[in-house]
Amino acid sequence: MAESYRRSRWSHALFVVPYLIVFLTLLVFPLFWGMWLSLNKVDLFGGAEFVGLRQYARVLSDPVFHQAVRNTVIFVAVSVPVLVGLGLFLALALNRKTRGAAFLRGLYFSSTILSVTIVTLIWRIVFIPNDGLMALIFAGLGWEPIGFLSTKGWSLFSVGVATVWWCIGLPMMLLLAALQQIPADLYEAAALDNASKGRILTRITLPSIKPTIMLVAVIQIVMQFQLFGQALLMTNGGPAGTSRPIVMYIYETAFIRWDVGLGAAASEILFVIILCAAMLQYWISTRKEEV
Amino acid sequence: MADRSAFSPESLTENRLLYWIAAGLAVVMLAPVIWIVGLSLKNNQELMLGTEAVFRAPYTLKNYADIFVNSQVFGWFLNSMIVAVGQTLGVLTLCSLAGYAFARLEFPFRRTIFILVLFGLAVPEQAVIIARHQMFNWFGLHNTHIALMLPGMSSAFGVFLMTQFFRAIPREIDEAAMLDNTSQFRIFWKVLLPLTMPAQATLGIFTFLLAWNDYWWPLISATKKEMFTLTIGIASSQTNFAQSEGLGFLSAQAIFASLPVVIVYIFFQRHIVTAVSGGAVK
Repeated sequence: MAESYRRSRWSHALFVVPYLIVFLTLLVFPLFWGMWLSLNKVDLFGGAEFVGLRQYARVLSDPVFHQAVRNTVIFVAVSVPVLVGLGLFLALALNRKTRGAAFLRGLYFSSTILSVTIVTLIWRIVFIPNDGLMALIFAGLGWEPIGFLSTKGWSLFSVGVATVWWCIGLPMMLLLAALQQIPADLYEAAALDNASKGRILTRITLPSIKPTIMLVAVIQIVMQFQLFGQALLMTNGGPAGTSRPIVMYIYETAFIRWDVGLGAAASEILFVIILCAAMLQYWISTRKEEV
Repeated sequence: MADRSAFSPESLTENRLLYWIAAGLAVVMLAPVIWIVGLSLKNNQELMLGTEAVFRAPYTLKNYADIFVNSQVFGWFLNSMIVAVGQTLGVLTLCSLAGYAFARLEFPFRRTIFILVLFGLAVPEQAVIIARHQMFNWFGLHNTHIALMLPGMSSAFGVFLMTQFFRAIPREIDEAAMLDNTSQFRIFWKVLLPLTMPAQATLGIFTFLLAWNDYWWPLISATKKEMFTLTIGIASSQTNFAQSEGLGFLSAQAIFASLPVVIVYIFFQRHIVTAVSGGAVK
């Protein structure tokens, strides 16, 4: 009986057909169609003219794109270490079996479930010049008020603050899960040696979760490279494009200026960057299982 | 260490100072939210004179009442509900069927197809969104609920998750059912599917949250105001608030829009953490 069940049959494939139809039409086809679009000059009415790699040349020589890449790289370089470091700190601090720790874990994770619109609305209201919570705090401390969202340098920083507030839950939870998987006998041996807490942290705890720290870092790099909604809603990329990330560049070229080919070319470039990071993620996670 | 049973690794790793710093930092997490809740309970005119008014009475629920009078916000809420529930049901159906087949049945090219689907996990939204927008344009599907639901159903994560879950069910269970000559679909439907309820809950909640919070796709697909989801609608009504015009009302909208996900979070926190963590690691 079990024999016939294991036998390969075309009829068995019927179970996967519904998903495969959606997968092929809404993921595989658009992926390749997007690549095709990046090789074309597309007009508003859907007409296309093959132009080879000319759109890529346009993107790569566009100073606005250069600025967007620079902004994104700076954003990733600053936000990812903060997210990983803070996540690690919270995981170490809240890895205990008390009700208070459980509540705090739930609290730190809770912002993750909010939509980008709500997160940015909250932070825009907090950052309003003169009347926002931040302005009140600054006034209380006797500091000069700052137009957080409209000053060069500060605008990308403010987007980063909102992003860290929004995204901190995931690194914390992943690192907590790793901490809980450290075998107890490792600690037992340390207890026999009467090792200090500091040594236990640097010699046992951190080395044991190192693969997960790496994994969390790569996941955050992939996620933060795709920064979009926070910048669009909080600063609209300004002032003078100093907080415009790559995805916002794609959005503006493809859906505001309807320069579809150019937007498609930019999105393929970002896709390659993200694919490299994702391959790194896969490599780290498979290596993690071997350890 | 004479008494091994009393050993607990926590005593070696716990640090009271770290814990209290983490507890103190929670204020930073909470302060913006409390600020918004406070604003939402204040009269808009009073806030125009200065937001310090938050710290003193009177408080009012008028901003929340206005949401229900302002039918637009309520309509957006309905759109979000329809889209999120529809997408969730679609994902659960497609992924359960596919997950069962990948885990239990043999058919030509099974491994190849599964690996192809796994590659889908690596495709970010911006690599497909421009082409998708054109495709939906060809069929005149923009500004419909179905257009907002469909793209999310192509996500490979659900298939991956359901396949893992079906694999974890002991084979003896379906083999026993097969002795009674039950059809494959009946085994799937009557025997195995009830056993995957925890996975259905995890995937369902995860999909609901993603759909509810989706931003980019509804932003370009739903261009008519009456087709906005709550995410897009609230973003659109923020345009000129720098003059703190209607700050209380805006805050009330933010609270109202996040209520469903907050309620889901409070009741299903464990499922959400599992799903989000699993979704990130894949």
